Amino acid sequence: MLEIHGVRKVFNPGSANEVRALQGVDLKVARGSFTVVIGTNGSGKSTLLNAVAGTFDLDSGTIAVGGTDVTRWPEHRRAKLIGRVFQNPFSGTAPNLSIAENLALASRRGRPRRLGWSLGRRATAALEERVRSLNMGLEDRLGNPIGTLSGGQRQALTLLMATWLKPDLLLLDEHTAALDPKSADQVIALTDEIVERDRLTSLMVTHSMQQAAHLGDRLIMMHRGRIIQDFRGAEKTRLRAGDLLARFEEVRRAEQLDETAAEMLRGAYI
Amino acid sequence: MNLLIGALTIGLILALLSLGVFISFRIFDFPDITADGSSALGAAVAAALLVKGVNPALATSAGFAAGFVAGAATGTLATKFKINGLLAGILVMTALYSVNLHIMGRSNLPLLGHTTLATYAERVGVRVLGGERNLSVWGWEVAASDASMLAAAFLAILLVSLVICAFFQTNLGTAMRATGDNDQMIRALGVNDSSMIILGLALSNGLIALAGAFLAQYQGFADVQMGIGMVVWGLASVIIGEALVGSRRLGLTITGAVMGSVLFRLLVAIALRLGLNPNDLKLITAAFVFAALVFPAAIEKLRVRKARFSHA
Repeated sequence: MLEIHGVRKVFNPGSANEVRALQGVDLKVARGSFTVVIGTNGSGKSTLLNAVAGTFDLDSGTIAVGGTDVTRWPEHRRAKLIGRVFQNPFSGTAPNLSIAENLALASRRGRPRRLGWSLGRRATAALEERVRSLNMGLEDRLGNPIGTLSGGQRQALTLLMATWLKPDLLLLDEHTAALDPKSADQVIALTDEIVERDRLTSLMVTHSMQQAAHLGDRLIMMHRGRIIQDFRGAEKTRLRAGDLLARFEEVRRAEQLDETAAEMLRGAYI
Repeated sequence: MNLLIGALTIGLILALLSLGVFISFRIFDFPDITADGSSALGAAVAAALLVKGVNPALATSAGFAAGFVAGAATGTLATKFKINGLLAGILVMTALYSVNLHIMGRSNLPLLGHTTLATYAERVGVRVLGGERNLSVWGWEVAASDASMLAAAFLAILLVSLVICAFFQTNLGTAMRATGDNDQMIRALGVNDSSMIILGLALSNGLIALAGAFLAQYQGFADVQMGIGMVVWGLASVIIGEALVGSRRLGLTITGAVMGSVLFRLLVAIALRLGLNPNDLKLITAAFVFAALVFPAAIEKLRVRKARFSHA
């Protein structure tokens, strides 16, 4: 479903701020796989997701989604195939538009925007139905600006929006990192439910070892712009959060990073 | 009374300007100052065609179209060539000065003796009033021509406002509003945000040029200088409108922009009547916008400090 081949990216090349974000990443994700991506700050995991989403041009390499080479496609064109949820709960919704308008925008992801009413009677009824299924009591507040909702509510709606039309690929970029623990759990439960129900091919970046151990059927670990570990199947199922932490510590020691160097690495995080 | 009617008519015509500024500054959060050039462009195109005897409706539409192209040019510079939005507007505005001179052939083009929309409005007015030259409103003598022009301006603005309000509730219009609100989100939903900005600025400047075309026909001439200060004027109207309606609902904000324009023109007319030097008008307008931008934040700061003080 997703084929990443030889992807490289250097930000600010030749300057003092040069960051070698991706240094030759190869990855094939099968249809229906829920792949979790972990790594230290600055390891390139979010950059990898952004490369797939098309937020910047690659230095080299190719990316294909569902057999189509999308390397040269601009971000908005790739959105036809890809649904996305961002780390910042404010990034996925338009705050001054109503909940209904945001959802209506998502219900046409990748389709042409013409002069039909955005909120016709039939469309509004469909929106209400789907929002009711979230059990968040938002179906009576569809006319309210989405900016008045909490981060957790907005992130749940962003998830609903990203998967409204079944995407070929779902990208989740630390989408619970900015939420309080309770909201994070709710959004993760919803993620699991939607991914399972629609058998979505998903790529999820997370900082949480608990999430990494419990979610998904495959786990890749990144470090310094490369994939350094790839756990699948039974190997993935057996993984515990403690194993992952130990593995991180191993990597850190291997690199002989002292705290100062680790801090510098974090500073280079993109 | 005639002064009042004149102020109302100009206020309504310039409401198109404030709608245009509302679209660029508020919906897209884009500091577009093309308006200074595109308002004169609309006037120049309409006037040049009217002098050639072209049908006034057609000439006015051509004014709108010219503004539309100018706005699209600013949008293209800003998005495709990544030029700072303010600079993109300045470039197009500056270029338009020469363009406008070329279109008119000179710096001022009188429309006296030519058939314009104003002539149409007067004719219809005279027919409706059964040939009366004057009519009485609450005891005041009002020239039938003035009253009919006010009515025509009102109908035109009402129509345009309804169309704009409806447009921004379509799939395309909603995508445009979302672009100004959160461009990252709208790209992730498959919308080309650059196209939205180009189209939005085109629409904005089309309306501003339409205001110019109407104004030229109302006052009977087009002048290459008539666009100076239009952005600030429009912004002042939008700010007054927001204070009047105090709401983010689309229909109300559009009504607010129109009301703001009319109220602002009335205030200016009263100030001029009370002896304000017309030369100071633009200075005072700019000072007003400055105050409107700064005071709410300053008052909020003061309130917060006061609250902290009383808690301490």
